[in-house]
Amino acid sequence: MSVFLQHLINGLAAGTIYALVALGYTMVYGVLKLINFAHGDVMMVGAYVGYATAFSLAPHVRTSSLGVLLVILVAMAACAAFGFLMERFAYRPLRDKPRLTSLITAIGISFALSYGFQLDVGPLPGAAPRAFPEIIVLRPWLKIGDVVLWNAQVISFGIAIALMAGLQWLVYRTRFGRAMRAVSHDHRIAGLMGIPTDRVIGLTFMLGSALAAVAGILYAVKDTAITPLMGLYVGLKAFVAAVIGGIGNVPGAVVGALLLGLVEEFVVGYTASSWRDAVAFGFLILVLLFKPEGLFGKNAAEKV
Amino acid sequence: MNSPSVPLSSAPAPLPLKAALAPWLPFAVVLPVLALIQVATGGAPFLVYLSLMVGVNVLLAVSLNIVNGMTGQFSLGHAGFMAVGAYAAALLTMALDPWKLIGVAEPLSDQIFFVLALLVGGSAAGLCGLLVGLPSLRLRGDYLAVVTLGFGEIIRVFAQNTDRLGGALGLTGIPHRTSLAMVGFWVFVVILLAKRLADSPHGRSLVAIREDEIAASAMGVNTTAYKVRAFVISSFFAGVAGGLFAHFQSVINPASFGWVRSMEIVVMVVAGGLGSTSGSVVAAVFLTLLPEGLRTLFNALHLDAGRIDQVRMPLYGLLLVVLMLMRPQGLFGTHEIWDGLKRRRAAKREVA
Amino acid sequence: MHRPRSLLPLVPLLLVMASAACERKQSVTTGGDSAAAARATRDQVLLGVVASLTGDQASFGVSTRDGVLLAVEEANARGGALGKPIQMRVYDSQGKPSEGANAVTRLISQDGATVILGEVASSISLAMAPVAQRAGVPMISPSSTNPKVTQVGDYVFRVCFIDPFQGYVMARFAGEHLGARRAAILRDNKSDYSIGLSTVFTARYPEFGGTVVSSEAYSQGDTDFRSQLTAIKATRPDVIYVPGYYTDVGLIARQARQLGIDVPLLGGDGWESTKLYELGGPALDGNYFSNHYSPEDPRPVVKDFIARFTQRFGRQPDSLAVLGYDAANVAIAAIQRTGTTQGAQVREAISRTRDFPGVGGTITLDPERNATKPAVVLKIQDGSASFVTSVEP
Repeated sequence: MSVFLQHLINGLAAGTIYALVALGYTMVYGVLKLINFAHGDVMMVGAYVGYATAFSLAPHVRTSSLGVLLVILVAMAACAAFGFLMERFAYRPLRDKPRLTSLITAIGISFALSYGFQLDVGPLPGAAPRAFPEIIVLRPWLKIGDVVLWNAQVISFGIAIALMAGLQWLVYRTRFGRAMRAVSHDHRIAGLMGIPTDRVIGLTFMLGSALAAVAGILYAVKDTAITPLMGLYVGLKAFVAAVIGGIGNVPGAVVGALLLGLVEEFVVGYTASSWRDAVAFGFLILVLLFKPEGLFGKNAAEKV
Repeated sequence: MNSPSVPLSSAPAPLPLKAALAPWLPFAVVLPVLALIQVATGGAPFLVYLSLMVGVNVLLAVSLNIVNGMTGQFSLGHAGFMAVGAYAAALLTMALDPWKLIGVAEPLSDQIFFVLALLVGGSAAGLCGLLVGLPSLRLRGDYLAVVTLGFGEIIRVFAQNTDRLGGALGLTGIPHRTSLAMVGFWVFVVILLAKRLADSPHGRSLVAIREDEIAASAMGVNTTAYKVRAFVISSFFAGVAGGLFAHFQSVINPASFGWVRSMEIVVMVVAGGLGSTSGSVVAAVFLTLLPEGLRTLFNALHLDAGRIDQVRMPLYGLLLVVLMLMRPQGLFGTHEIWDGLKRRRAAKREVA
Repeated sequence: MHRPRSLLPLVPLLLVMASAACERKQSVTTGGDSAAAARATRDQVLLGVVASLTGDQASFGVSTRDGVLLAVEEANARGGALGKPIQMRVYDSQGKPSEGANAVTRLISQDGATVILGEVASSISLAMAPVAQRAGVPMISPSSTNPKVTQVGDYVFRVCFIDPFQGYVMARFAGEHLGARRAAILRDNKSDYSIGLSTVFTARYPEFGGTVVSSEAYSQGDTDFRSQLTAIKATRPDVIYVPGYYTDVGLIARQARQLGIDVPLLGGDGWESTKLYELGGPALDGNYFSNHYSPEDPRPVVKDFIARFTQRFGRQPDSLAVLGYDAANVAIAAIQRTGTTQGAQVREAISRTRDFPGVGGTITLDPERNATKPAVVLKIQDGSASFVTSVEP
């Protein structure tokens, strides 16, 4: 029983991180109909910015709540800025070109980032894994028999839930959210109705990137090591989660992500563990074959 | 002699014998050339190695172009098919190694088995192409990209976890069978095939699918069937490339067929021009030789050549971005080097 | 689109094959001989080094290279080899077997290397060895421990022990020294080194009264091992054998402690890196691993080497550096002994290495071209490893 509980905790912990990244994917896909391949790498950038920030603080400062907040906020700001630049200079010029062009651009950015960060010239960190400095001093929070729930896990979970709730509120209860949804529906008509589509899209990108930054920090706190390639696999899995939930659907992305995290954990824990990477893809293929619109998506048939 | 005025062609009807021989003319020219090259480079192992790599990459790029370029379906899992071909061909060769055909000299027998292995490898890869293509090609472009990427990864994980395939170590001690002539032959075949495909009605259907799939479907083109067929042909040649690769590299492991390898080929196809066979060839040759050339240059200038491999990957990424922003059609767009020749020949006929 | 269906295409195919078949045999022997001939007339003694200077296990490659570099510099200070200065050319394998094979091809065909030194990771050595063997250039691996490496051919050597021995060392240590009766294994499925060691451990452990109660796997580069560790925890082992590389082991140790797993972790020489402590932190305390050498070794040759290495590079040598140093010196000594750079002769000289005074121990190459050397077991406490015991072969 405690084994099951431990697996549950592990799966949820991984799932919440996928969720934060999946939200970015789903939002950007919603407004631009583009899979931002580089989104996972934005998470990686966030982790490294957080690393640099945390390192620049003295040990007793970085473990205080203010320190943690600072690390997270700096990473969010940096990634939001990065997301804005990406959208403005790489995607906006291609908005009316065939989708394939944007897809190739996204792949190019992803590659440039993940392999560029592996160089160790100048500010670039190099390929070797780095140990993220401790920003939350580990203390047991709850003990259920054999299983320990750590304060770091609770804090991560709390931050993720708060952000997801905040996003939900933003998308469904504010004017900006309505504008976002209008642009997702049809960006040309939304423009004609007076919505500043460029601004909405830019802000959506920034928002998604900021969430990815938080995901990067939480990931680094959970698994300690950060490498330039960490974004690739998390990104792909988060994308799978977004598809499972129904791409473009915000709560769907969260459910899909948690589900994926749990499935991965239980499959690896109870069966042959070296197939971990294949689980996510297998799940994706099954979903696309049998229910391509995802769990919560609407069946949008292409009208001729 | 009066040629009947046929609206679709301005060429006079050729004599029957010439018509029969015409398709084989290129072979008659190319084969002796290949044989000569083979003899001439017998004593320069590194040059041979480099040429073999170039050949394999050209094969991969031209075959991927059939799907990504001509049909406009973005596949990111090409290395997975290469892996299937490599493993299948290698396993067959190693199984047949102790045997030889009766009454035939051992080297010739080895080569016959090698060709058999390549065909088996290619067919296995083609079969995988069918299995992957049938369900996936109904999906939209960006989804297809991720699914093909996923399949490539699944193949890699499968190879890694299967002891029969050598696991993470892969297969070692694959007998050395690849020769320049053999690689040259297959390169020649794939280019010829791609060219004929592009010029044929089948090819025109593929282009129609690429330009506007809904319209093509409305015109009665069975889009899924064509897409799948292109996919299968493409994977077949990727498999052959894998087989050729395995038999001069002597060691193959799952890591050599990962996502990065697929990316390298994608860059070649995009840079050469999505839809241009000659573009893929030029880009593949250039991008294979460039790092080596730089390395030799750096060594000669006593600079640290180690950086080249590191810098190559992010530069490819940047190249893609810059290309899409400034020249999305790549080097040749959808045109070919030989289009110029054709136009001149047609113009001459017009005059005559 | 038509595809030729007649048998006509077979004709050109057969022609091509015939020409290819005829040439192939010739080119293989010509290639070997011409390269050897070229080398004999080349005016240089060149050690070609292949090491992973970048990539995940970069510390392995950097250490090895520095060890070789020191050996070459010292030898040149003494007059070089065969009256000429010894050259060294280093290529980065980037941690990839295909790159390693490429590098060897380049070193042999273009640079005219006399001896190849490399690699650390067995997977990479296994890709490199056939190339060296085919070209008739001797290759010495400083620290690849998978037995298959030297089985490739008689031109491939190593100056370290092999995994059947290393796995036995840890199995025995667990059973005898720690008195552990139940062991779990967490191996890296992406590394032959790790798989090899775990297989040997599983086979030998029962001899010392133990049973393997669970066996899980991960992939090099994974960062989350909690799923596997949770499954292992459920089987209540006394020790966990983690024969992987330091980049993963550091994280595994941390996560194991977080999950409430208090038992010692055991490992092999893949743990050896200063980066291990950075990644694992205090979670590493109380764990053990087998290694090639211990810096606490009282022999004067070791103390001397540590002093010289620290002076040259500003840091302490690890076992990779020691083995790189020893491998280079074995190669240099063989070249001196035979008086030529000709491949077959150098190979012969290397194979006759007996009682060579290496820093990592006395090196005698057995008929399988492996070195029979003792292993040491080290215990980690407070960010460093200290000597516990040594096991003779």
